[in-house]
Amino acid sequence: MEMPPLDSAILARRSEIVAALRAIVPGEGVIDDLDGMRPFECDALSAYRQMPLVVVLPETVAQVAAILRYCQDNKVKVVPRGGGTSLSGGSMPVGDAILLAMGKFNRVLEIDYANRCARVQPGVTNLGVTKAVEHEGFYYAPDPSSQIACSIGGNVAENSGGVHCLKYGLTTNNLLGIEMVLMNGEVVRLGGKHLDSEGYDLLGLMTGSEGLLGVVTEVTVRLLRKPSTARAVLLGFPTEAGAADCVAAVIASGIIPGGMEMMDKDATKCAEAYVGAGYPLDAEGLLIVELDGPPVEVDHLVERVAEIARGRGATTVRVSHDEQERVLFWAGRKAAFPAVGQISPDYMCLDGSVPRGKLVEVLAEMRVLSKQYGLRVVNVFHAGDGNLHPLILFDANDPDELKRCEELGADILRLCVRVGGVLTGEHGVGIEKRDLMGVQFTEIDLDQQMRVKCAFDPDHLLNPGKVFPKLRRCAELGRLVVTQNNIPFPDIPRF
Amino acid sequence: MTSTIKPRDAKELRQAVEWALNEGVPLDVRGEGSKLALGKPMQCGQVLDLSGISGIVDYAPEELVVTLRAGTPMREVEALLAQRNQMLAFEPPDLGPLLGREPGQGTLVGAVMGNLAGSRRLSAGAARDHLLGFSGVNGRGEAFKSGGRVMKNVTGYDLSKVLAGSWGTLAVLDEVSVKVLPAPDQTATLMLMGLDDAAAVRAMCAAMGSPHEVSGAAHLPGRTALRLEGVAPSVEARLKGLRELMVDVGAKMEELGTLESRAFWREVRDVVPLNAAPDENVWKISCPPTEGPAILARIKAQRPAAQAFYDWSGGLIWLALPPSADADHGLVRGALGAAGGHATLIRAAETVRATVPVFQPQSAALVALAARVKESFDPKGLFNPGRMG
Repeated sequence: MEMPPLDSAILARRSEIVAALRAIVPGEGVIDDLDGMRPFECDALSAYRQMPLVVVLPETVAQVAAILRYCQDNKVKVVPRGGGTSLSGGSMPVGDAILLAMGKFNRVLEIDYANRCARVQPGVTNLGVTKAVEHEGFYYAPDPSSQIACSIGGNVAENSGGVHCLKYGLTTNNLLGIEMVLMNGEVVRLGGKHLDSEGYDLLGLMTGSEGLLGVVTEVTVRLLRKPSTARAVLLGFPTEAGAADCVAAVIASGIIPGGMEMMDKDATKCAEAYVGAGYPLDAEGLLIVELDGPPVEVDHLVERVAEIARGRGATTVRVSHDEQERVLFWAGRKAAFPAVGQISPDYMCLDGSVPRGKLVEVLAEMRVLSKQYGLRVVNVFHAGDGNLHPLILFDANDPDELKRCEELGADILRLCVRVGGVLTGEHGVGIEKRDLMGVQFTEIDLDQQMRVKCAFDPDHLLNPGKVFPKLRRCAELGRLVVTQNNIPFPDIPRF
Repeated sequence: MTSTIKPRDAKELRQAVEWALNEGVPLDVRGEGSKLALGKPMQCGQVLDLSGISGIVDYAPEELVVTLRAGTPMREVEALLAQRNQMLAFEPPDLGPLLGREPGQGTLVGAVMGNLAGSRRLSAGAARDHLLGFSGVNGRGEAFKSGGRVMKNVTGYDLSKVLAGSWGTLAVLDEVSVKVLPAPDQTATLMLMGLDDAAAVRAMCAAMGSPHEVSGAAHLPGRTALRLEGVAPSVEARLKGLRELMVDVGAKMEELGTLESRAFWREVRDVVPLNAAPDENVWKISCPPTEGPAILARIKAQRPAAQAFYDWSGGLIWLALPPSADADHGLVRGALGAAGGHATLIRAAETVRATVPVFQPQSAALVALAARVKESFDPKGLFNPGRMG
């Protein structure tokens, strides 16, 4: 993974930059020794590591603003970081950039049950929000699997999802407002406790912008009342196609489950060996369908789902009878990644998203690719919304395997795009998928996105080297060549 | 003199924009023109008519996605979805009659450009939440796309969000993919009779915070309506639960069945209660739900003749004020106070809209940022010049 060349002029000014940051953030908030910076050298895409120029941990919005203004004035790059759980290298440090770690912004500021929202600092963990309100029967809906550790600020940056997106939406559908600092040090508020934007929906634009547009300093999230019941149905099919058909049939029948997950035979075997959830080991395709809502509705829908599954040839149909059993059904799915970690020294988790109708085709082609590259691929995915998480098993100590793994991953993502899908459903582009952006987008598409970037960060100082395969200067992007051949286009109807 | 250019496909659309760019001619971009009376009046003699780029491209009910061309009428989309028991969950309102036109006009893309939403905004989101992707032409005459047709997609910036609600000022779309959802089997409404505004909003917020999955909460003078949707046994059970929850409120309760409910909520959605006096200025105020009654009380203290009702559990106030040259914009926006929110002038005479800020004024930093975003799409200001003020 190639990062932009380091700016030797900036590296030479390191001590001056550290001193300037110390003047803004006193005490232990600036870390410049190697041992102190070590914990920050990577995020959850741990195959790639890089020491930052210096780490700064501000505690106030004024400090964040002063840091960014200093960086803008001195053309110093900045990488923002929340919980450091990005799977795409979104918060991976850059050698000539300050790492702006938001971990000290960890307070829940206000909980407003009547208006069903909470105002929190960006360093609060995703689960921390739910923990703060669950005693009143409320929760925060998006639940990425890293929710114990990932921060709300990072969730905004990545537009994080989880297993319940199909019914409850991604981060972008569950935000009401943010406060953020622009690269020039300006502090702006978007949204609040009310709905919708008064001007352009910049809150929507910020969500999923991967830390390239601004630094979030406060977040207002929507709270939901916990569903009164949830039950899970475990469905085993003799073929993957049968399982995929069942997914389509459930949705076509008008049911939107709270979650609908699929695992292939290898993933099922790993998970079963790891947690003993009672999964059927003969199933080629295993579905976990969760239905939530009022008890009568859940009972009614559980029956309908079971009926649809039987009609599609399910050989296992088991309904959870109590909360303990429901949690057990999920335990295997939730432990699927570490379970796969038990059978392979390393694995790479992909995140393509495809139309549901293409699941079977994509799975079959993936098998062919897996054979070609001589690397095993295990599949766990959010079947309800077509979001795949193929896990490629490899050994990172073998440079050839790492290289083949990267190439196989790229081929699988190209396949996703070819069938009408996209490179990433919830993990973000970061550095991991950066060089594949051209598979999904034309140069014009990417130029338009970079022009939006220029509106926020004209010198490309925020989170450099991420998302865009090839950076173009804003001045160059802004140039407009108006040709003077005023063809009247006689064919187009005019009146 | 107004002239019109009416491209028939994406290629002609791009050529038309390229022509306008070369000639330096700003464009009044419209579908069916059903919302022309909304926004700042434009001084623009060249119409770009998108109604020639029309039709469903692909509809996959089991994928919950419909892809269609920009000029496709909303009525066509809704009829198509109804055949498969699906719907646009954001419940787009038909503002035609409110704006002095016939009902049933307008395009889906027009609703997206206004980021419209009905009562289900609370539980299902607005148009922004349902636009999965688009293709179109920017103000440089370049064809570009963003998003896609899949449910989960974080590849690149989510330009769909910033296009939704941009009133056609950033780019001209030729095709969109929109998420659709199953339509509910049954609808029921619990009516609480005779509550004042404050008590009504308290009741609505309690209902929204209950596990009964209320999908609409509106308060009209004397009537507070709570909507439940879903499969029959579920609606029945939740209705019972909601009734029990509301006993403490002490209001007389009535129920509406599916058909009556649909008619009632359609009227709320389309702002029918304020249609009667066409010369009154109509405002849409978005605020924190619990602040709604205080905001309206501050306005009514100055304008006792104001007519109003609430949707979105109190977070949306539809307000009609007697005719005035400045639409009382200082009063309305001043009434928002510190709690935050915004007020949009939805209906007013052209002369009023020409002088009054139709959209909520923003801070200097946000105005500058929005201008830079606009420039990033449309550097020469070709599209709907001045429409958003």
